Amino acid sequence: MNARDVILARVRAATEGAPPVEIPRDYRGPAPASQTASPELAELVADRIRHYKADVHVVDEAGVAAVVAEALAGRGAGRFVVPEGFPREWLPPEGFEWVGDEPELTASDLDAVDGIVTTCAVAVAETGTIVLDAGPGQGRRALTLVPDFHLCVVRPEQVVAGVPDAVARLDPARPLTWISGPSATSDIELNRVEGVHGPRTLVVVLVR
Amino acid sequence: MRVALFITCVNDTLFPGTGKAVVTLLRRLGVDVDFPEAQTCCGQMHLNTGYRDEGVRLARRFVDVFAGYDAVVVPSGSCGAMVREHYPRLAEEGGFAAAVAETVPKVYDLSEFLIDVLGVTDVGAHFPHKVTYHPTCHSLRGLHLGDRPARLLQEVKGLELVPLPAAEQCCGFGGTFAVKNPDISAAMCGDKVRNILDTGAEVLCAADNSCLMHIGGTLSRQKAGVRVMHLAEILASTEPEHGESR
Amino acid sequence: MTSTFLGMPGTVSMMGYSGKEGFPDNAAKAVRNSQLRFNLRKATGTIRERRASVVAELPDWQGLRQAGKAIKDHTLRDLDAYLVQLEEAVTEAGGHVHWARDAAEANRIVTGLVKATGETQVVKVKSMATQEIGLNEALHDAGITAYETDLAELIVQLGDDWPSHILVPAIHRNRSEIREIFVRHMAEWGRPAPETLTDDPAALAEAARLHLRERFLSTKVAISGANFMIAETGTLVVLESEGNGRMCLTLPETLISVVGIEKLLPTWRDLEVFLQLLPRSSTGERMNPYTSMWTGATEGQEFHLVLLDNGRTDVLADKVGRQALRCIRCSACLNVCPVYERAGGHAYGSVYPGPIGAILTPQLRGMGTELDRSLPFASSLCGACYEVCPVAIDIPTVLVELRARARHGVAERAGMAAAGWVFKRSGRLARAQRMGGRMRRLVPKRLPGPLGGWTDTRDVPAIPKESFRDWWTRTDGGNR
Repeated sequence: MNARDVILARVRAATEGAPPVEIPRDYRGPAPASQTASPELAELVADRIRHYKADVHVVDEAGVAAVVAEALAGRGAGRFVVPEGFPREWLPPEGFEWVGDEPELTASDLDAVDGIVTTCAVAVAETGTIVLDAGPGQGRRALTLVPDFHLCVVRPEQVVAGVPDAVARLDPARPLTWISGPSATSDIELNRVEGVHGPRTLVVVLVR
Repeated sequence: MRVALFITCVNDTLFPGTGKAVVTLLRRLGVDVDFPEAQTCCGQMHLNTGYRDEGVRLARRFVDVFAGYDAVVVPSGSCGAMVREHYPRLAEEGGFAAAVAETVPKVYDLSEFLIDVLGVTDVGAHFPHKVTYHPTCHSLRGLHLGDRPARLLQEVKGLELVPLPAAEQCCGFGGTFAVKNPDISAAMCGDKVRNILDTGAEVLCAADNSCLMHIGGTLSRQKAGVRVMHLAEILASTEPEHGESR
Repeated sequence: MTSTFLGMPGTVSMMGYSGKEGFPDNAAKAVRNSQLRFNLRKATGTIRERRASVVAELPDWQGLRQAGKAIKDHTLRDLDAYLVQLEEAVTEAGGHVHWARDAAEANRIVTGLVKATGETQVVKVKSMATQEIGLNEALHDAGITAYETDLAELIVQLGDDWPSHILVPAIHRNRSEIREIFVRHMAEWGRPAPETLTDDPAALAEAARLHLRERFLSTKVAISGANFMIAETGTLVVLESEGNGRMCLTLPETLISVVGIEKLLPTWRDLEVFLQLLPRSSTGERMNPYTSMWTGATEGQEFHLVLLDNGRTDVLADKVGRQALRCIRCSACLNVCPVYERAGGHAYGSVYPGPIGAILTPQLRGMGTELDRSLPFASSLCGACYEVCPVAIDIPTVLVELRARARHGVAERAGMAAAGWVFKRSGRLARAQRMGGRMRRLVPKRLPGPLGGWTDTRDVPAIPKESFRDWWTRTDGGNR
């Protein structure tokens, strides 16, 4: 027998006669789909993301470009990656060089840019998490990883209450990255220190 | 109501004062308590040390001896937890599940019996001393006694109850653990004792004499001047300096 | 441990321990190391508080915990079917699935896969499974250098040390020790530490960033584990903090994930439970900084999944012990354990220390050595581990079960038999008590033999003149 068959046979022998197990779901599941974004959720998600020492801005849609300009200017107004599908109206009209990912940027290219701006798929209020699914405006996973600066714009309808809501909305067939604050470590005396290998600065722009 | 006292082998042999205090206290509250003399040990030491067959035999003996009582009062958190947490599993293997299902729900820790069955928190005690309470692991996480002992102590006249820092931490007794892992056990007890001394209490109270023997043995070795008393002994006290001390 | 199964028995790395010295001896040495005790007390104290506060925040924590427990039990009950389902889903998504009966087979598979790429260097995401099978050593023997990229793993690797904690393998090191290790050893493995390096945690993290940066951007093969695998979709999930995981999972051309077969969850939806249980229990955060999920070959990457048994099916066959396979490696039991806090992780002589290690190691490795026999006794049975376990593993009960299977010394067996004989008849107990009462003055201040451990730091209680039962008989229950 090959290893696969041996392991499966061992599993069957080990579990023979074990009774079936029912799964109680006695916890807060996803909110009904009819429930739309509320001001409370918007406030909560802002608070929770700030808790991770990310910069959070809450603006009207018309004000996004100005906030983006201000945040990028703080990085020295250089070259920023803009993935395919990122709304042009959210970009400041001048003062920055926008870099596309076609042809694909190498890791070294990404290491040389000043940052990246993206959208997201979902934001989770209770945990202060944004989730990227490589969809329009987000690009490949490496784009939000190698540059040291990541700015993410979140639309109000993308904010959900908790983890179950996010899991229900996401498609597992897509590569997913859940981001809760800038890169950090707790490996030194179990105290959280921000800034290791991922982007050390995370800016989240929440559209009202 | 037919009420039996399960004294436990440790209390029977080493701390008879606790048993006498339970009898005194319950009589004062109008409960006539019986002591079935065939009782010996709940089997915890054997089970926890890895002698499960002997543990099963003693569990069977326990349910035989206490069958027919309306309530069995136990002044020991760890023995109470042994009966309640482990007997059902042992009984399944030993084929006496019915007897366990009949008797075990009637087994109460002293503080549960006072509060949940008799419905009293003021037991008419008087004990004018500064006391801190160590919840003991099996009272806290096994029997889930919660704040019952504290509620009883708060009603004792003259008693000042001071909180114990890191109260939920184990004292390091753990039965044969203290003998098999003496260094770690002693380190745990050392920290427990430091926390006790920090409270400035005169008396350390708990609902389990095994833990008190461990902590008390360290306090005594350090000549710390803090005495240890079982909850029953404080609740049985009716006038200053009448409480039994060790 | 019974061994009615085919194939080789599992092996779990002994971390350089011979196993001749038991846990009590290892722990006795550790407890005298005041620096170690200080480091551990500080670190575990910090994380305990953080965990308690984020757990208290969720009104449905106990519901999540019961669901987590049941999902794992349900999966284990039908593990064969779910493994086959996973294999199909991963293959469908362009991944390659390999099966490894034991450590040697897993190491052989991974080494072969790396060699096939022609590369001699790999970057690694922190993984318990690859530590368990001693993969780095096996790769080294095949001429392949494995670079650990998690900060704590890096500290351990640079310091030629052993991990002492599941989540934070370098928990036994404080900031100044870490600085020392970086300054002394970074140059041997790549870019040296900055000459002006201080022991500020931010500066140490920055040094690790610089040291690994070029390696991430250029290495072609990565090796990871996984926190969860979803049978329904073939998705793998890795939770991390630093971004080293994302680097390894995203940039290299080939990704090899070695995952224990118990890491399965049946459905995508089940993640809604575990993504709440794990971060709050492990780092005490609402969510860890980064979680990556991928299904099969992603964004042009070559993907291999190595499913590892290595003794897990033996554990699964044990009706009481199998609950240890629910473990999601959060470390909450270590952080709350008073024994771990004082003994440290190395005393357990296994990559799995602390309470979960005390039940997992003897089940995976057997109880053939003094060390492995002593592990089930490395607990006061205080129950704090069970209380915090996010999948409700009743560790104390499994410990007691394993104690029943351990070999006991002659003197102890005789003592326990004598006690059993006495407890069999209440008359015997009464006579023994009277004998003790008569000899009460003869009890020495220092007890002999193994009981001496007690009297080294504690007085023995005075034996009373009269037992309770004799008092009861003499006074008719206090009425005379």
